[in-house]
Amino acid sequence: MSIVFIAVTALVALSLIFGAILGFAAVRFRVEGNPIAEQINAILPQTQCGQCGYPGCKPYAEAIAAGDKINKCPPGGEATIQALAELLDVEPEPLDAVEGEKPQMVAFIREAECIGCTKCIQACPVDAILGAAKQMHSVIASECTGCDLCVEPCPVDCIDMIPVASTLQTWKWEHPLPPGTVIATDRESAL
Amino acid sequence: MSTWPIHPLRGGVHPPQCKTLSNQSPIHSVPLPKQLIVPLLQHLGRSTEALVNVGDYVLKGQLIADSSSPISAAVHAPSSGTVSCIGPQPYPHVSGQLLEAIVIDTDGLETWCPLEPVPDFYAASATKLLDKVRQAGISGLGGAGFPTVIKLTPKAHQPIKTLIINGTECEPYITADDLLMREKTAQLMLGIDILVHILQPEHVLIAIEDNKPEAIAAVRHALDSRRYHVVALPTIYPSGGERQLIQILTGQEVPSAKLPAELGILCQNVGTVVAVHDAIIEGKPLISRITTLTGQALQRPMNVECLIGTPVAHLLELAGIQQAKRGRLIAGGPMMGFTLPSAAAPIIKTSNCILAATDAELPPPPPALPCIRCGDCAEVCPANLLPQQLHFYALGDDHPQLQAHNLFDCIECGACAYVCPSSIPLVQYYRAAKADIREQEQKQIKAEHAKERFEFRQERLRLEDERKEAERAARAERLAKTKAEQAKKATQADAASHKADAADDELKRLKIAASMAQVALRKAQKQLEAHDTEALKVQVEQLRVAADYAKQALELASAAMPAPAPAPSQPAEDELKRVKIAASMAQVALRKAQKQLEAHGTDELKVQVEQLRISAEQAKQALTAATATATTPTVADKPVKTELSAAEQALKKAKIDVAMKRAALRKAERNAADPEALAALQAELTHAEQSLAELN
Repeated sequence: MSIVFIAVTALVALSLIFGAILGFAAVRFRVEGNPIAEQINAILPQTQCGQCGYPGCKPYAEAIAAGDKINKCPPGGEATIQALAELLDVEPEPLDAVEGEKPQMVAFIREAECIGCTKCIQACPVDAILGAAKQMHSVIASECTGCDLCVEPCPVDCIDMIPVASTLQTWKWEHPLPPGTVIATDRESAL
Repeated sequence: MSTWPIHPLRGGVHPPQCKTLSNQSPIHSVPLPKQLIVPLLQHLGRSTEALVNVGDYVLKGQLIADSSSPISAAVHAPSSGTVSCIGPQPYPHVSGQLLEAIVIDTDGLETWCPLEPVPDFYAASATKLLDKVRQAGISGLGGAGFPTVIKLTPKAHQPIKTLIINGTECEPYITADDLLMREKTAQLMLGIDILVHILQPEHVLIAIEDNKPEAIAAVRHALDSRRYHVVALPTIYPSGGERQLIQILTGQEVPSAKLPAELGILCQNVGTVVAVHDAIIEGKPLISRITTLTGQALQRPMNVECLIGTPVAHLLELAGIQQAKRGRLIAGGPMMGFTLPSAAAPIIKTSNCILAATDAELPPPPPALPCIRCGDCAEVCPANLLPQQLHFYALGDDHPQLQAHNLFDCIECGACAYVCPSSIPLVQYYRAAKADIREQEQKQIKAEHAKERFEFRQERLRLEDERKEAERAARAERLAKTKAEQAKKATQADAASHKADAADDELKRLKIAASMAQVALRKAQKQLEAHDTEALKVQVEQLRVAADYAKQALELASAAMPAPAPAPSQPAEDELKRVKIAASMAQVALRKAQKQLEAHGTDELKVQVEQLRISAEQAKQALTAATATATTPTVADKPVKTELSAAEQALKKAKIDVAMKRAALRKAERNAADPEALAALQAELTHAEQSLAELN
């Protein structure tokens, strides 16, 4: 009988001790924010375009962490969906966008037509448009994320979204055709 | 001179040398081309910016483009002439894309700009010599084109112990360094002396593959008393790679993602060393290089010393290109070179070879077959990588695995693809995978940057909102305070007015009481007069006392009340008003009488009207007099004004008259009226104009 009593007492004592330690750790090492949302946010392309229906990448990251779909990011495209699927261990889904994946774009203001209304400046989520009231505006191309948000507010429609031109610095080698996919004559004509 | 121990290279291949094609004749000079295309980016690093404008005349060796970035190399005019264009021009790149370049139309005079040589370099400081190297725009001539001055600048914590002069030239076909070592041995030696003076290394190794006996002999002969080691290496490809050469000569492996300088080793190509010599001893910037023109499509394969910017087509013509036989045109060697899309591209600082091969010589690659996992590639890889694993990961776009298998240590030498029995273009896979990974990294960096900017903006907007909210609150508070103060003041004023009212009331009450007492007194007096009884007398007496008392109280109260503000009535004005009223009343009476007179017409009325008229006139006169006295100053300047305005009005009228007459005349002219009428109108107009002139 006393053995049972000792065992129960020991277990109760141990559980109390570990419970106290766990309780202390939960308070002492509390993680601020949602770490999963942070990781998702790091994968998203940060264009802040709002095409996913959320006001920016972080809100969408939080929504994904809360269970939203991972295929709502057109600027990220398939690569982002793959990365998210891997991170969250879910099945990758096809991109949910009307026009599919678009090339990297950059906003361009036809400066002769700009009336200096500052509406695009207020719309730009990354402060990539320079200008002042009644002064011509200009896009800092290297800061532009190509999010499209400045196009709609422009009262004179002087903003174009143009695909980023390939330069020698951005040029990349093409992937060779996988082996076995062509016969010799095809291959020669492909070259 | 002891022999330097060699550590044989692991891996490597032995492709056919084909060097005898081009190394049988001395270095040729090239006739000056009509146009030189000098690209702004000829090195690894930041692009330069043009310092000249279209139409400028430039001298040979003049600085024409430079950059503020340290990882850059200045560009100089290769010959004298006129800048005819600055803009996108053909560039030796596999994509065939254009690149900004300065085009110089040569004048054939080859006029040098003033040069500042430092012949006695031993007396010069390392800093000065490095500055000269930087100004000369020297970048590595071996192929990579990294700015030389950055490699040469010693770092305090990384002293250079071993200086390796790379004359291996392991790639087939290329003999530019071979010929350079044979013909410019003296310059090479002086160049090495300069580098030794700058770097103060413990050992100097001149590495030459043993397939260049003439070069080895020439260099050994030129050594004299110098304590440099000339190391003849066994011929194997790619022994000339920087990391491979270091491994062969020192047995040390340069760690992944580290530089040889961290091991205290520095490699320089022989061509670069000669360029350093030219920059210091002769003061000449890097404007020419030795390039091999080779391949079986050329009638006269040779090495040429050509100006930077010389179009490839110009050189091919010199070497006797047989267009019919020509297959692929390759910049660089057959192993690491790339297909040139166009012969219009110029020679740049890194162009060591132009290979015009026939199809028999370099047949197009056979179709790739699936990998059979033979492992030959892994055996020949000089970087100890696993090419077939990398191939599979590249096929599957598995970037993390590619990086885990050290894809970025691949030097793209092509040994694996050379031995592959399935003819898989392995290097192309690695290049594409590297580009993809780099692009992803760039995107990641850009995303991070965008995120930072977005968050900064959000924070800024939030602070602005907070500030506005605070301001709004402050304003509301201020408003409430002022309101409260106003309310307070109003209550005080109310109280004061109440007090005044009370005083007023008291006064009124007293007045009434006084007057009532008076009335009572008077009544009693009347009664007394009528009846005259004792009782009444007493009563009257009492009433008089009471009335007096009331009067006194009233007087006291009146005195206590603040004296009413004196009325602003000025007697003159009052008088004036009175007179005015009298005058107008007289007028009214007169008018009434006149009407009556008209209606009835009696003599009496007539007389009355006459009287009234006189009185009205009198009143009017009185009014005029009163006005004159009351408002003298106004009266004084009014007439002047009226006079003036009369003149003005006359003038205006005359002007309008003239304009109208003119219009009428014009109208008549338009309507083709008869000449008489026109003449009349003309006369009228002239008259009007005259009167206007008079008035003016």
